[in-house]
Amino acid sequence: MTGKEQKPRVAWNPPFVTGYPLEERILLSHGAGGRKMHRLIREMFLARFGNRLLARLEDGAVFPMPRAQLCLTTDSYVVQPLFFPGGDIGKLAVSGTVNDLAVMGATPKFLSLSLVIREGMERRRLDLLCRSIARTARHAGVTIVTGDTKVIEHGPDELYINTTGLGLVRPGVKLGPELVRPDDVVLINGPIGEHEAAIAVARGQFRFRTRLRSDCTPLNRLIETALKAGGIRLMRDPTRGGLATTLNEFALATGLGIVIDEERLPISRPVQGVAELLGLDPLYMANEGKVVMIAAPQAEKRLLALLRRNPNGRQARRIGTVVRTPKGVWLRTRLGSLRPLIMLEGEQLPRIC
Amino acid sequence: MSGTKLERTLLARINRLVDDLCRRRRGITLMEVCGTHTMAISGFGIRRAVDPRLRLLSGPGCPVCVTSQEEIDAAVALARIANLTVLTFGDMMRVPGSQGSLEKAKAQGADVRVVYSALDGLRLAQANPSREFVFLGVGFETTAPTVAATVIEAKRQRVKNFSVWPMFKLIPPALEVIASSPKVDVDGFILPGHVSTVIGSSPYRFLSEQFRKPACIAGFEALDILQAIVMLLEQLATGPKLEIQYRRSVRPEGNRRAQQLLAQVFKRCDATWRGLGKIPESGLSFRDPFQEFDARFRFPFLRRPASARRRRTFCRCGEVMLGAIVPPECRLFARTCTPESPIGPCMVSSEGACAAYYRYDR
Repeated sequence: MTGKEQKPRVAWNPPFVTGYPLEERILLSHGAGGRKMHRLIREMFLARFGNRLLARLEDGAVFPMPRAQLCLTTDSYVVQPLFFPGGDIGKLAVSGTVNDLAVMGATPKFLSLSLVIREGMERRRLDLLCRSIARTARHAGVTIVTGDTKVIEHGPDELYINTTGLGLVRPGVKLGPELVRPDDVVLINGPIGEHEAAIAVARGQFRFRTRLRSDCTPLNRLIETALKAGGIRLMRDPTRGGLATTLNEFALATGLGIVIDEERLPISRPVQGVAELLGLDPLYMANEGKVVMIAAPQAEKRLLALLRRNPNGRQARRIGTVVRTPKGVWLRTRLGSLRPLIMLEGEQLPRIC
Repeated sequence: MSGTKLERTLLARINRLVDDLCRRRRGITLMEVCGTHTMAISGFGIRRAVDPRLRLLSGPGCPVCVTSQEEIDAAVALARIANLTVLTFGDMMRVPGSQGSLEKAKAQGADVRVVYSALDGLRLAQANPSREFVFLGVGFETTAPTVAATVIEAKRQRVKNFSVWPMFKLIPPALEVIASSPKVDVDGFILPGHVSTVIGSSPYRFLSEQFRKPACIAGFEALDILQAIVMLLEQLATGPKLEIQYRRSVRPEGNRRAQQLLAQVFKRCDATWRGLGKIPESGLSFRDPFQEFDARFRFPFLRRPASARRRRTFCRCGEVMLGAIVPPECRLFARTCTPESPIGPCMVSSEGACAAYYRYDR
C-alpha cells in the first residue's frame, strides 16, 4: 500500500492530532525488540493482563495439562472502526476466540495475543484496548499466556489482532452433525444482526445516530450452563455470513433440512431499519454474541429456561425445526409459503435505491 | 401478530379473485416494474403463496440490469485511468462487462469506491483535490434528483475534480414500450413506489387511458404489495384505472422540489436500455450550464463507448426485463449463470429478477 489519502470513515475514532507528545505514540522502535519494546510490554500488557505465565516473558508458555481432549482455535480481527458501540476490537478478539472454543463444547483456558500495530497509533488508544482485553478475559475466565507485538510502517488500518485459544473439552460432551435427528429444534439466544448493524453505523458514513450496540460478548458461561442441561446436538456462533449461512452449514453437514419460522425470527426494529436502508438482510448479517443450537425436542423447554436466566440469553427462543425433507434451509414466510434460504454469495453489496 | 392475520386475509382475497377471474380467462399476468418489488415479492414468499394462475413478472426497474454492456466496459476503462477514482453504488461492482467487472478492476489496483450517495462522493472529491472523481450516475427518477442537488452544490462550491457520468433512465417511456410490445402480454402493472414518490402518478396515465391496462403504485411491505394486487385484480373485473396504494408516500403531483431539481440540471435525451434497445426521451443528460460536470465532456471516449468486442452469450436478460420470459426459462439460469459468477446483469444486482428467482424461487 502506498501513501493513500485519508479515508473519510473515522467518525468513531478521535482525530489524528499532530503535535501530541511523541512518547505518547507507538513507534517502529516499539516493535524492534529493544528496551522500548520491553517497557511497552511491562507497562501496558503486563499491567493490564499480566499473570504468572505471561510475566516470565519467555518465548513460549509452559503449563501442565490435565488428561482431556483439547480444542485449539485461531482467529484474526481486522474490524474497522476499532471502537464501536457495544465493544471494541480488543473485546472482540477475546470473545470471538472464546466463543469458537465454547461452541465446540470446550472450556476456554488459555489465549495467545498477537498485535500488528501501525506506527503512530496513540498509546492511549492501545491502552484502552488492553484494558478491554483484560476485562473480557477476566469475564470469560481465560488467561493470556503468550503474545507478540509487531509495529509496521504502513497499513490501511491502525491495528490488527490475532488470538489463538486453547480449551479443554468438557468430559462427556459429544456434539456433532451426526447426532442431529429430524424433529430436533433450532434455538438461538437472542436477536440477530446487531454486530454488523452497529459496525455499519459506527463507520460514520451515515449522518444518523442509532442506539444500536454490537452484541459482542463471550458466551462460554451461557454455553456451559446449557451443556450441563444436556440435549444439545450441535452448536455454532453465526458470525460472518450470519444466521442463514450457519444454518446452511448445519444442513450440509447433517444432510437434513431445516425449516425456520419467519415469524419467530428475533430481529430488532433498529437492525431491521439499518438493514433496509443499506439493502442488507439481517439473516446474513454478522453476530458476535449469538449461538445457534440444535437440540433434542424434549430438551427445548429446559434449555430455553436455562438460557433465559443468563443476561446473554434473555431473548432465547426456538426459531425452527430439523426436517427429513425438504433438504437445505427453508424459511416459512408469514404468508405460510416456504422459500429457500441459501448461502450468501460473495459479500452483500449496498443497493442503489 | 395482527399484521400477519391481515396479510393472510389479503392473500385469501387474492386467490378468490383469481379464481373468479379465471372462469373467463386462462390466467392473469401482472408485472412488478420495480426491482425492489421483485425482491420483496420473492422475499416475502408472495410468488409462491398466490394461486399459480396469477403470474407475477419482473419488469425493467432494476437500474443495474438496464445499463448496457458498452457502458459497463467504459466504466471499467474509466477506472483504469491513473489518478482517477470511480465512485459507484454497490450494485454496479460485480456487473460483468466484456473486460471484467469494476470489482475485478479494483482488485487489479483501480480505485473504485462504493458510496451511498453522490454527495458522499462530492465530499471525497473535496477532501482530495489532487485526484479526479467520477460518479457513475446510474438509477431512475429516484436517485437522479439527489445527483442533481449534488451537482448544484458542486457548482456552487466550484469543485473542479468531480464529475458525473449520467446514465439515468426514466421509467414511464420504458413502460410505454412494454405496454405496446406484441411480445409481452401483461394484464396489469404494479408501479414503483419510490420513483412515483418523485414523479407522482400522472406520468402513468397513458397506461389506463391509452392501453386500457390496470395500474397501481405500491409500497414495499408485504401488506402493500398484497393490497396492490387486490386492487389490480378488482380493476380487471371492473375496468382499468390508475390507483395509488402507497398513499403514505406518493402524491398525485409527486415531489415538486425534486422535479424542479431534475429540470434545473438535466434535460431528456434518448437512452439505450439493455434488453429494450434505444428508447426516445428515456434518459437524462446535463443542461448546458452544468456541462462542466458531465464526465463525457471531460472524458470524450465515454460519449461513444466502444462496442467492438461484444461478448456473445445465451443470456436472455433482455427478455426477462421485458417480461417476455421468467428467469428459469433462460438456459443459463442457475446452471452457468449464478450470483457467484453471473453472466447477465439480472443475476448480479440484488434487485435483478434472476437473482431474486435464484435466491428465493428455485
